Amino acid sequence: MRFVDEFREPELISKTAEEIRRLAGRDRHYRMMEVCGGHTHAIYRFGLKDILPENIELIHGPGCPVCVLPMGRIDDGLAIAQEPDVIFAAFGDMMRVPGTQGSPLEHKARGVDVRIVYSPSDALKLARLNPEKHVMFFAIGFETTGPSTALTMMRAKAEGIGNFSVFCNHVTIIPAIRAILDSPDMRLDAFIGPGHVSSVIGCRPYEWIAQNERKPIVVSGFEPLDMLQSIVMLLRQLRAGEAKVENQYKRVVPWEGNRAALKAMAEVFQLRPYFEWRGLGFISQSALRINDKYAKFDAEQRFEVPGIRVTDPKAAQCGEVLKGVLKPHQCKLFGRECTPEHPVGALMVSSEGSCAAYHNYEHRKAVTVSLSSIA
Amino acid sequence: MVSDFAPTRFRDPQIDMAHGAGGKASRKLVEGLFAPLLFGAAPGPLGDAAYVDFDGTAVAITTDSFVVKPLSFPGGSIGELAVNGTVNDLAVSGAKAEALVVSYVLEAGLPTPILEGEVRAMAKAARDAGVRIAAGDTKVVEHGKADQMYVTTTGIGRLLHGVNVDPRSVRVGDRILLSGPIGDHGITILLARGELDLEADLRSDTRSVLPLVESLIRAAGPGIRWMRDPTRGGAATSLNELARDCGLGMVLFEDQIPVRDTVRGACELLGLDPLHIANEGQFLAVVSPEYADAAINALCLAPGGSEAQVIGEVREQPAGTVLVTTLYGGSRILDMLVGDPLPRIC
Amino acid sequence: MCLAIPGRIVEIASDNQDSAIVDVVGVRRRIDLGLLHDDKPAPGDWVLIHVGFAMSKISEQDAADQMSTLRMLGEIDGAMREVQGYGLEDVN
Repeated sequence: MRFVDEFREPELISKTAEEIRRLAGRDRHYRMMEVCGGHTHAIYRFGLKDILPENIELIHGPGCPVCVLPMGRIDDGLAIAQEPDVIFAAFGDMMRVPGTQGSPLEHKARGVDVRIVYSPSDALKLARLNPEKHVMFFAIGFETTGPSTALTMMRAKAEGIGNFSVFCNHVTIIPAIRAILDSPDMRLDAFIGPGHVSSVIGCRPYEWIAQNERKPIVVSGFEPLDMLQSIVMLLRQLRAGEAKVENQYKRVVPWEGNRAALKAMAEVFQLRPYFEWRGLGFISQSALRINDKYAKFDAEQRFEVPGIRVTDPKAAQCGEVLKGVLKPHQCKLFGRECTPEHPVGALMVSSEGSCAAYHNYEHRKAVTVSLSSIA
Repeated sequence: MVSDFAPTRFRDPQIDMAHGAGGKASRKLVEGLFAPLLFGAAPGPLGDAAYVDFDGTAVAITTDSFVVKPLSFPGGSIGELAVNGTVNDLAVSGAKAEALVVSYVLEAGLPTPILEGEVRAMAKAARDAGVRIAAGDTKVVEHGKADQMYVTTTGIGRLLHGVNVDPRSVRVGDRILLSGPIGDHGITILLARGELDLEADLRSDTRSVLPLVESLIRAAGPGIRWMRDPTRGGAATSLNELARDCGLGMVLFEDQIPVRDTVRGACELLGLDPLHIANEGQFLAVVSPEYADAAINALCLAPGGSEAQVIGEVREQPAGTVLVTTLYGGSRILDMLVGDPLPRIC
Repeated sequence: MCLAIPGRIVEIASDNQDSAIVDVVGVRRRIDLGLLHDDKPAPGDWVLIHVGFAMSKISEQDAADQMSTLRMLGEIDGAMREVQGYGLEDVN
C-alpha cells in the first residue's frame, strides 16, 4: 500500500530506533505525550514501546473524542433516538459506549432504530432514502471530523432536506492541551502533535506551547516511521534546549491548515462557552455547537433533551491517568470493576482510550513477563 | 449427570447481537448458561464437534446455523455455507462427514426461485464435498420473522485414522499453521450488504477443507495437536480459545500471516483487523516441530493449499494469550472481540 | 479522530465535481472532495481519506524527501565520529 508500506520498512525502523537510543542516552528520563487517540492506537498496534529505550516514556493524552464524551450526552442522544420515527446514526466507535440505560447497540436490541454509518454523508443519504423518518446524526470528533459534519449540513441546507439533524459533540484540541499543561501535577517534556487534526488547523495553533510553555511539539504522522522520526526530532530539540513547533507530517499537513475545511466549520459552528470533558471537567471554549443559521439542523433545538449530568464514580481515576500522573493499571478500578467489557470510566470505553489500549495490548504482557522473571 | 438445578453464571439481562458474534460475549453465554445446564459439570474444552461412542465405535457430530444477509454474495450463498460449514467443523475435529440433516426456517413471502436456488446450491455443495444430505425439516414463520431463510445443518462423521485432536496435547515449540489468506469471507459479506460505498474484486472463500485436512493428516498425522476453522470472530478468537484451553502462549509473526491486498485495503479503510474477520474456507492447525515441515509442504502442494503458511509458534509466555510480533521487534496482544468487529474512525 | 488512509483518485464524477472514486489497493470507494476546493485533485493524485471525505492532497515530493532524510539518519553523525577519531582537532 503506497504511502503506508514505505513507512513500515523494517530496516529503516531499526535504524531510526538506534538513532533514538543514541540521542536518548542514559542520563535523562523523557516524558512525551502523544495527544491524539490515533497515535495511542498506533503505538500499541505497532508495538512501538518495545523498540523505544526505557528512559523514554510515552504518556497518552486526551485526544480520544469517544472517551471524553460525558455519559449524559449519550443519554441525551439516545433519548432523542427513542422519539417516534427517529433513526439514530453514528460511527462504529460509538456503538458500544454505555449510557446509563445501555449503549446504542443495546438500545438497538430493544427495538430502537440505531444504524452504523461510515461518513456523515451516509447519514444524510439515510434521510433522503427515508423521507417519513427523521435521521439524527450523533456527531463526535475533533477538528479532523468537524469539517465533514459541517459540509454535510451545508449540503442538507442547500438541498432543503427537512428530516435531518445533527447532535453535535465536536470538541477542539487546543483547550484540552491547555488543560493538561495547566494541571499542577503535570510533568511533561514534549508533545507528539496530532497529525490529522493538524491537516485542518495547521501548525500555528501550537506555537504558544513552544513559545509560552517552552515545550517542543512535533506534528506527527501515524505510521511507525512517522512516530519514530517525530521522537528523533523531539529528542534533538530537547538536547539542544530548544522549543519549537515542527512538522514531521509534511506530506499531508500544510503549515497553514486547510482553509476550505476551516471555512466550512466557521459557516456552521460556533464555540460553546464551556463543555464538560469526561475525566477533565469543564473546559471553556472547547467544543462546538451549531450556530443559529443552521438551527434547523441542530438536534438539541429540534428535540427536548433531558440534559442530565451524569458523573463518574469518584473511584475512577480517569483524570489522573489522562494527565499522565497515573498509569492505567495504577487506577484502583483497572482490570477489576473497570474492563473493556464493563467500562466504568472514560478511558476504558473506546479501544484507543489509554486504559482500554493498555488492557487489550499491554497489560497481560507486563503481568506474564514479570511472573516469568520471578519463577 | 446433567441437572436442572445446576448453577448458571450468565448474568447479562438480555441477549444482544454480540452474543452471536463468536467472541467473548458468545463464549460467556455458552460457558455460563448452555454448558452447565446441557453438558453437565466439567465437560472439558468445548470443541467444534462432539464425540459420541457407540459400543466402541466413535463418531463425531456437530451442528451449525446459518444466518447471513445477503443470502447470496460473490463466491457463494447460504446453501454452500450450510454444507461447507458443517463439513469443515467435522474435518477440523478429525472426522469425515458422512451425512448431513438440514433444517429450514423460511419466512412467509420468500419467493420460490430463491429457495430453489439455495437448495440447488446445497445439493451441489454436498456433491462437491462428498457428503449426502439424508433428511430435513421445514418450518415457515411469519413475514418479518426470519431474514428470508435460516438454515441449520447437523453433520455426523466417522473419525479419520491417524489423528487425535486435543488442545491439551499442545506443547511449547509447536508450530501454528494457516491454510490460506484470511478475511475474504467477512469482508465480502460486508461489501455485499451495500451499506458502504466500497467496491472490490473479492469473493467468499467458502469451500470444504476436508481434502486439505486429509493431506495434512497423511503427511503429519501423529504431529497434529489441534485444528479449528476460524469462522465468526476470526483467527483471533480461535487462537485465544486455544491459548486459554492449553494455558500456553500463541505467538504470531505478523508478516507471515497471509492476507490479500484487497482485504488489507478494506480493513485499513474501515479500521478493522483481518485477524478478527470471519473465514469459511480456511483452517488453523497446531503441529509438533518434528512434523511441521512435512505438514506445510503437504498443504502447499495440495490443490487449494498453495497459500498455506506457518504463522507462528507456541511458547510458554505470555500464558493463555495471543501475541503478534512485527519484523522490527514490536509486539501487541491480540484479544478476542466482545462482539462483532465494528468499523472505527478514530 | 484520526483514522485516515491514503487513496489514489481514479475518476471524478462527470455530474458532480465534488464526487470522486479512489482506489486503495484494489478497493474502490466513493469520496467527497468538498474540503479540497482550494486545491482540487485530479485523477492520479493521492489524497488522505477520513470518514468519506478527502482531507488533504498527499505530496509525493514531501514523502520522498522524508524517506531520504530517514535513510541518511546516522550517516552524518557517523562521518563526524570517524573524523573525530583521527584526532585532528588536537593538532592546533
